[in-house]
Amino acid sequence: MPHDHHDHLSPSGHPYRVDDDHPLTYWQQMEIAVRELLIEKGVTTAAEIATQIDAMDARSPANGAAVVARAWIDPAFRADLLADGSAASQAMGFDVGPMKLIAVENTADIHNVIVCTLCSCYPRNLLGLPPDWYKSRAYRSRTVKEPRKVLAEFGVTLPDHMTVRVHDSTADMRYIVIPARPSGTEGWPAADLATLVTRDSMIGTGLAKLPDA
Amino acid sequence: MVERTYMRVRADMPPGHVRTPAYLRGKTGWVERTLGPFPNPEALAYRQPAEPHPVMRLRFTMAEVWGADAERPTDTIDAEIYAHWLEQAEPPYAP
Repeated sequence: MPHDHHDHLSPSGHPYRVDDDHPLTYWQQMEIAVRELLIEKGVTTAAEIATQIDAMDARSPANGAAVVARAWIDPAFRADLLADGSAASQAMGFDVGPMKLIAVENTADIHNVIVCTLCSCYPRNLLGLPPDWYKSRAYRSRTVKEPRKVLAEFGVTLPDHMTVRVHDSTADMRYIVIPARPSGTEGWPAADLATLVTRDSMIGTGLAKLPDA
Repeated sequence: MVERTYMRVRADMPPGHVRTPAYLRGKTGWVERTLGPFPNPEALAYRQPAEPHPVMRLRFTMAEVWGADAERPTDTIDAEIYAHWLEQAEPPYAP
């Protein structure tokens, strides 16, 4: 009976989960110490740090989706984006910072997927913070070795005639995938198109949503 | 068809902050585009004066990188490699 062992079960009848408490790691302590010293010495303020965290958290895949939607409806912008991703993204008000952006386009024959095998390079200005799996050893090591199997696990099974292009973000560039525009969206305004552009579709582990999905 | 420029990634294993993935060292790819110059991360990481280097985006076939273990030999991997890691190479296979 689920309620027989009161010591081990929550009032809902499920076992208690062990608390995830552990002492601070070396690097967590180091971060706190450096942050407190910088504040004490007047190099920065707690308010500045909070503002920067807010700015980081405010970036989301909606930025990238707006860029992709515009590329779908504006051929001149699409050409600019493919030629110089940083400048095109900047022109839409999304500052790429010191890193440069390359946009790669999915077509009927090519599917692109982005990975950073060395760490977790990610176009944060356009997509926000990377998902945890993007930083996992499994995603980073398997995507360059067996991308089709990885994509299938994300629910993306590609036809045999398509070529997979893996982009390993090894140095100074950041990457965004322009997913293929779904059919049945002719004449849609950019704001509506952007709702079809998922985060995963811009990493390449997904496709754009279909209009009726 | 545009002629491809093939380059081989040096097969060295130096210590330090190296942004040349080990799985591509010794492999040959063709130049997809040239970027930069960007400061050498191997010096930058240690706050040393970092000389700017061109960065090549090389495209490798899965066949070149993984040999007989390739999931699909004609799929490709693109990676950014700093010029000082590259040497001239012949095409690794008949194009």
